[in-house]
Amino acid sequence: MNRRLILLLLAALVLAVPLSLLAGRVWIDPFAPQTRYAAVIVFELRLPRAILALVLGAGLGAAGAAMQGFLRNPLADPGLFGVAPGAALGAVLSFWTGYAASAWLLPVFALCGAAGAMALLALIAGRDGGIALFTLAGLMISSLAGALTSLAISLSPTPFAMSEIVTWLMGALADRSWREVWIATPPTLVGIALLASVGRSLDALTLGDAAARSLGVDPRRLQALMIAGIGLTVGAGVAVAGIIGFVGLIVPHLVRPLTDRRPSSLLVPSALAGALLLLVADCLCRILPLSGSELRLGIALSLLGAPFFLVLLLRMRRGLA
Amino acid sequence: MTLSAQDVTLAGRLSGVSLSLRSGELTAICGPNGAGKSSLLACLAGLTAPEAGTVLLDDGKLAAIPGAMRARRIGYLPQSPQIAWDISVEVLVSLGRLPWPDAPSETARAAIEAALSAMDMGHLRHRPVSRLSGGERARTLMARVLATRPDWLLADEPLASLDLAHASGLIRCFRDQAKAGHGVVLVLHDLACAMNHADRVVVLDQGHIAADGPPHEALNEDVIARVWGVNGRWLGEPGFRALSLP
Repeated sequence: MNRRLILLLLAALVLAVPLSLLAGRVWIDPFAPQTRYAAVIVFELRLPRAILALVLGAGLGAAGAAMQGFLRNPLADPGLFGVAPGAALGAVLSFWTGYAASAWLLPVFALCGAAGAMALLALIAGRDGGIALFTLAGLMISSLAGALTSLAISLSPTPFAMSEIVTWLMGALADRSWREVWIATPPTLVGIALLASVGRSLDALTLGDAAARSLGVDPRRLQALMIAGIGLTVGAGVAVAGIIGFVGLIVPHLVRPLTDRRPSSLLVPSALAGALLLLVADCLCRILPLSGSELRLGIALSLLGAPFFLVLLLRMRRGLA
Repeated sequence: MTLSAQDVTLAGRLSGVSLSLRSGELTAICGPNGAGKSSLLACLAGLTAPEAGTVLLDDGKLAAIPGAMRARRIGYLPQSPQIAWDISVEVLVSLGRLPWPDAPSETARAAIEAALSAMDMGHLRHRPVSRLSGGERARTLMARVLATRPDWLLADEPLASLDLAHASGLIRCFRDQAKAGHGVVLVLHDLACAMNHADRVVVLDQGHIAADGPPHEALNEDVIARVWGVNGRWLGEPGFRALSLP
């Protein structure tokens, strides 16, 4: 079942990528390539943007699937670890201090913020921290990073910096180049590999902590690999594109009924479906006729994600009733 | 093969417990609430490290054995097993193969089939666990432990919440495992079940061993009066004993 799903998703990606290169404010007809600057538009603007969508979507999809398996909760989202707000705080500080003027320093600041959040999480959760402590520590870090981000915005040195910060926080892939691809791809791929390596441990967790330990799972090693895997995938994403929420929540839900529901069977299909979702959503944002600029990807996914979350909650409530 | 505890101590739960369990026997651990039964079982399964003392598997320290190796030798069925995702019976049973190397093999296939068949769950293999009855669920979880093919089978109150027929079926399975040469250790609240089916009973009271031996000795009326504080009387023939309480 899984192999067929993976092949289907790969086929969808093979179709979607070329289409995404053609779609946009300027439509490019592949059979009549008389459009001015077509090569520049495709290879310098749309191809890096498409690759970035694939990489970040795959990272968020895999992170969401792993997170739900780790917390054994279908409502879990990679954002719960506090890594994304930590990375956002790092990025905001680069705007605040003016270092964001150097395009390489903004992602570096964001990655440092993500690393700080990961370190703090590992420190608070401790060696024997259970899942409840882990989740609460993540929520506390999210809340602290969010408060510090708001403080940084309120104390912005100039209105221009404030506007830059707010726009950046909304999350988007517009105007991203090959530089962002090179920054985000290696950590995301390493993160996905780490998450894939814990698939069997996540399967064992299906039966609860005690049964998982009796099946040979080392909870400390699993926790460390989860922090590193989620930190790298989510941190790299926020570093180059701002906060893009809900992908990690929605994608595993859409994919789960098509698998045998083991967390390990969900990782690769979620990564592929996440890549597809982000690519298609970014394309739609690009071609939506909005006056002025284009719809920010982060906003579009939140608009899509919030009702999805609500439907999920209502369905769960019906199940519990 | 032996599984033994030497002076195992856990603050507030166990104090200096020593015992040696042999394979081929069904051992029941009994005792009132808070006596330390589940803590002792968790120590024997290698899930809780004792604060003092050692647990030995054969002659080696259990704590020194890597997790996956330990899991291949000791199967553990927790008290209230959770199942987070609505997986099928077959997928759940296959989780028992996790301690073994990844490659799907004939051995793995055969172990899963044998476990499904031993628990009479083969015909429900594709059914999601959410659509199983309590008894079917308990049998599936037991099949998961059997699929590992462990030398030792440790279960914490496996009969709780099972009706008479299912409890009797499960206890027969434990007996068969012991007869096949595996070590079986069960935490039991049902003293009649321990009396009728165990080869050996260990009675715990406030973290100490209060009695250890064949069921008719370890669970005699004096021990029950001393440990549980009730004056019970055993009725019926050996193998069909029932405990009558005033």
